[in-house]
Amino acid sequence: MASTYEKIATTTLSSAAASYTFSSIAGTYTDLVIIASCTSANDGAALQFRFNSDSGSNYSNTLLEGSGSSASSVRQSDQIDIQISFNVGNNSTNPSTSIISINNYSNSTTYKTLLARWNSATGGTYPGTSATVGLWRNVAAITSITIFMGSGNINAGSTFTLYGIKAA
Amino acid sequence: MANTYTLISSATVNSSSVANIDFTSIPQTYTDLLLKMSLRIPTGTNVGLRIGMRFNGASTDANFSTILAYADGSITGSFTSSTGFTGWMPDAGTTSNVFSNVDVYIPNYTNSSNKSFTTDAVMENNATASYMGYFAGLWSNTAAISSIRIFDSGTSANFAINSTAYLYGISNA
Repeated sequence: MASTYEKIATTTLSSAAASYTFSSIAGTYTDLVIIASCTSANDGAALQFRFNSDSGSNYSNTLLEGSGSSASSVRQSDQIDIQISFNVGNNSTNPSTSIISINNYSNSTTYKTLLARWNSATGGTYPGTSATVGLWRNVAAITSITIFMGSGNINAGSTFTLYGIKAA
Repeated sequence: MANTYTLISSATVNSSSVANIDFTSIPQTYTDLLLKMSLRIPTGTNVGLRIGMRFNGASTDANFSTILAYADGSITGSFTSSTGFTGWMPDAGTTSNVFSNVDVYIPNYTNSSNKSFTTDAVMENNATASYMGYFAGLWSNTAAISSIRIFDSGTSANFAINSTAYLYGISNA
């Protein structure tokens, strides 16, 4: 049977970094999935995404979060990146986990959206769980994805894996 | 290119006396695990029953904690649980033939850190009460996960026939 779920690239940061970029993403898949397990040097910073190095105000997102005591929602328009998560802690024993799905990423006719799930379990500094829908108002095929924190570095030991899913 | 998303094992309930769904001897050769479940309990009138999950033959919920955001059709909320609570499943008090839809993602299940898991769970019901939830789970244990048990943590009832669970291994190698 043909493989339909393939690893494109993976990294474990050997030292703290301001960002990590999956580059030269081939347009040969149908959808993309990113699995991120990371901690933040700046305790409580949020995980952010940009596509194709676009730092213009072309992004928006809506988040639903549960803190363990209440649920809340955040809405942001005309942003310079997509907020994937709420607060990422710096506790290396309990890194936060994010699963990001980017469907139909390589077409050149529609704006690109993503669905993200983020978790920081109760042992972490900032326990919580969230779901995010993000939009990039650009019809270009996604060829690179830059991952960074809202402030400060991504800690060493953080891992990022990019998978491609093929419908055919 | 190598296949990175592989079925490890599956379970389909085909009798009325199955109280646990067990995946044992899980290979330690993948990076992450993904458990996809469709579950129902054929008895009771509680509407939504909690799905329990335990690892490595544990007989209690010790060292488990979950935090979730949920909606039930009228309210949204969030709470924590000191169990392996990982979603809901309908019982006989709900619309017939409806099964829950639950995905559990367990990253880095073989490493020596505490184990987290991410659950997306929905339990639809053609009536007032239904549930959807996003879960962040933690098993504060550094052992590699070699077995998983799924059960009804609410009433310890048997699963309905045709309940299913599929365990996949995902590799980044």
